[in-house]
Amino acid sequence: MVGLGLTAWASSAKRSDPQAIRPPGALPGDDFLNACLRCGLCVEDCPYDTLKLATLFDPAPSGTPWFEARKVPCEMCEDIPCVAACPSGALDPALKNIDDARMGTAVLIDEKNCLNFQGLRCDVCYRVCPLIDEAITLERQRNSRTGKHALFIPTVQSDACTGCGKCEEACVLDETAIKVLPLELASGTLGQHYRLGWEEKARNGGSLVPEQLKLEIRRPENSNAN
Amino acid sequence: MPTERQANSHVGAEAAAKLGWWHAHRFLVLRRISQLSILALFAASFLYGLDILKGNLSSSTVLNTVPLSDPFVLAQLIASGHWPAETALLGGAIVLLFYMLVGGRSYCSWVCPVNIVTDAASWLRRRLGISKTTRISNSLRYWLLGLSLLLPVVGGLLIWELVNPVSLLQRGLIFGLGSGWVLIAMIFLLDLLISQRAWCSHLCPMGAFYGLIGKLSVIRVNARHRERCDDCMDCYKVCPEPQILKPVLKGAANGVSPIIFASDCTNCSRCIDVCAESVFEINTRFTTEVENKNEKPIATIFNCHPVCPCCC
Repeated sequence: MVGLGLTAWASSAKRSDPQAIRPPGALPGDDFLNACLRCGLCVEDCPYDTLKLATLFDPAPSGTPWFEARKVPCEMCEDIPCVAACPSGALDPALKNIDDARMGTAVLIDEKNCLNFQGLRCDVCYRVCPLIDEAITLERQRNSRTGKHALFIPTVQSDACTGCGKCEEACVLDETAIKVLPLELASGTLGQHYRLGWEEKARNGGSLVPEQLKLEIRRPENSNAN
Repeated sequence: MPTERQANSHVGAEAAAKLGWWHAHRFLVLRRISQLSILALFAASFLYGLDILKGNLSSSTVLNTVPLSDPFVLAQLIASGHWPAETALLGGAIVLLFYMLVGGRSYCSWVCPVNIVTDAASWLRRRLGISKTTRISNSLRYWLLGLSLLLPVVGGLLIWELVNPVSLLQRGLIFGLGSGWVLIAMIFLLDLLISQRAWCSHLCPMGAFYGLIGKLSVIRVNARHRERCDDCMDCYKVCPEPQILKPVLKGAANGVSPIIFASDCTNCSRCIDVCAESVFEINTRFTTEVENKNEKPIATIFNCHPVCPCCC
């Protein structure tokens, strides 16, 4: 009974708020919760006091490290002290280059209110991005409102974004238009059976479908149509 | 002298009058110093970067070099299917060996901060004269221990660590308690109003785990001068596990060793403090018996099995 109750309660308690971001190198989802000793050594070694240790009703399960990008984002230290401090391997020691971290991914979630979508040159998220022009690029579009200007659309390249949250912290709006979300939430997954024709073609050096059959033209002998 | 005892109604008053205040409180004071200074060192590391002891009781480093990890949390980690990194395993082994030597449940009374909460509840209970108590089986903690290690295997999730009040409090006192005080208040009220020593001596699976670790530990409390006992009952009142006292105090006739071999004993040594007759002392399990030369202490190790009803 106690066990059942605990299990039921735990399955709700283990869920984090999507805005509670894990430190770099954190194992995915439940694997992290099962590996974390809740010792706070990563929190202690975080030089920017980005990481916090969750208490009972915090957005992350109690005792686990998390941060709020809008308040204090990850500064992406090159020596990754939080990973070095982790005794249990919950923060994967295989992570050697901070640019490979995937704490989540930024998503420009509100295009209506983003200033760049209005044709203004705010560009703040783009400018503060530690991987400028890699993780956030500015894509040009026609400004149909004025008819003669361009829109510079901040575009997150989710394959390069580390989820550090510098963009979310810097967004000039009262409520940020760009947010870091966990990968599970922010990214789609292509169906297993699905193949992109041009990729398959490149991999095989040619089309997988044989060349179209050239059929002999057969027409009545006395026909003069051609 | 029953009348005098009633006049000084609080436990240990007689020992204090006879042997002095310090003598009647020394282990209590030493334990509080031990518990609080460990927490203070952790907090100093978190707040001021003084890295003598860094992390918390779940896992830590001493002087940034020697790792220490809680074997109970590690056991849960392994049960959930995660094989911890070497640092944690080494730290776990060090802690395990330490408590196998000094007594597993020494963790409870010399380190764990929840002990301060439940000791306070027990003290207030005595002061307010609350004698009503709901009986909880002493062995329930072993079932909870089994559950806390079984549920991660079944559900693949560290369920106990989501709620463990021991982890919660010690972590909270170092990194900030947040709303965690609710759980601690619940334990205090449970111990105070509903059932005597409910948490530490009946429910806590962590205490059960450390008890099992310390089954064969060396440091033991010893009722060496039990013939002096005048049945004042003071030790029974302060002992968090009073069921372990009767066999050693009254077992002389049955050839039971005066050494407390029960793994439930937390080595808190409060019995030594409050005893006006100096019945108890703390030394090793190998102490030679002066009073009873014909004893066989090794044979009595498992006498007080946690789930056996003989002395509970």
